[in-house]
Amino acid sequence: MSEMKQIKNLKQFSTSKERFQGGHRLCPGCSHSIIVREFVNATDDELCVSTATGCLEVCSTIYPYTSWDVSWIHIGFENAAAAISGVEAMHKSLKNNKKSFSDKPMKFIAFAGDGGTYDIGFQSLSGAAERGHDFIYVCLDNEGYMNTGGQRSSSTPIGGATTTSPAGKVSYGEKKLKKDMMQIMAAHGCEYVAQSAPSNWKDMVKKAQKSFAASGPVYINAVSPCPTEWKFDPSMSMEISKVMVESRVVPLYEIENGSKVTVNYKPKNHVPVEEYLGMQGRFKHLFKPSNKHVIEEWQKNVDAKWEYLLRREEAGI
Amino acid sequence: MTEEHLLKGWEEFEPGATLFSFEGKPDQEVHHENNSVQHSVADWRVDKPVHNKEFCIDCQFCWVYCPDTSIIPDVDDKGKGIFGHIDYKHCKGCGICVDVCPTNPKSLLMFADHLPVEEALRQWPEKEEKK
Repeated sequence: MSEMKQIKNLKQFSTSKERFQGGHRLCPGCSHSIIVREFVNATDDELCVSTATGCLEVCSTIYPYTSWDVSWIHIGFENAAAAISGVEAMHKSLKNNKKSFSDKPMKFIAFAGDGGTYDIGFQSLSGAAERGHDFIYVCLDNEGYMNTGGQRSSSTPIGGATTTSPAGKVSYGEKKLKKDMMQIMAAHGCEYVAQSAPSNWKDMVKKAQKSFAASGPVYINAVSPCPTEWKFDPSMSMEISKVMVESRVVPLYEIENGSKVTVNYKPKNHVPVEEYLGMQGRFKHLFKPSNKHVIEEWQKNVDAKWEYLLRREEAGI
Repeated sequence: MTEEHLLKGWEEFEPGATLFSFEGKPDQEVHHENNSVQHSVADWRVDKPVHNKEFCIDCQFCWVYCPDTSIIPDVDDKGKGIFGHIDYKHCKGCGICVDVCPTNPKSLLMFADHLPVEEALRQWPEKEEKK
């Protein structure tokens, strides 16, 4: 067991050695790199990172450059989890045969977008979680295939306009609700499943450290506001992320050992979802009088989810 | 691979060329030649953030929320991180650092990329009264 890095405040955290460097080609204001930095800087252990195809992979490793100051592997869109579980198994085997190249504890992280998690990479993630490898899977959830021009994924929330679910005269955009990946991963019996937002760095770092301390599969769902396809000003990324948390669209909660739910942050004031929806261009058609029912449905879903989480936390199941 | 072709004398630049800032300390860390630190994305920028240390409280929010690792922190005598300088080679000018800055007036503000820092500091706004 490795010793956990002490991070009490930002002044202390900012003395960390940077493990994800600048010079990558992610869009200005992209939250992906903020999440990655909060995550990989939260430990001093050796890391091996695998990334699924997506914004993060294509932007951080453009030939001949790499932004990663840690070991990094990429195979395909669908098998980030399969690759990292293979690396983990190999490391375990080398360690058992005393052939390991490093005595330091090693952690294994897979970063993938929501396309590579909710849709395409789901079977390899499910398999890796089922086999119980000691790895951490971080889903950078920007609610669509943003790298290829903003197609819908099963993470796109209802009413969102994307290039494959456009809003217009006959349609209000995406018709389906967002897939609840947290519950799916908790049902796999993952040791630790958590949802976090980049605007709350303390929560993210705490959850990162908790997942480094775990010895089984860990799933982290990190929402990542996307200025390009959610259509807002790049400087607003953290503002949007904050409103997502305050309006309870993204509850910060964790599920331990597949059942124990803890809500980490309970917003004091009630912020209506209109405030969150109104900040983004992809939801602007919802404010037409004919689409009012979609906003009502949004609010109803958010309230129901929040109520469900609080009741589960109270009951301890 | 450095941008050596860009490191020429002032009279050799063509009009409209991107000039790299000479402000701040050079990066002390040694990086591999294939590290993306060697690559500049400064030409993506339209506006640049300017730091005013008069109002800065070293909260380091700009450091943690910078997507491009462009706020380079310094360490003070007690071993705590403080604001160091802005890395204009990797800053894309998104403006998140200005958005998250909690001071009044802000200690980081966006200015046009061509404006000299001294001029920007002269244009700094006064403290805003809270309504």
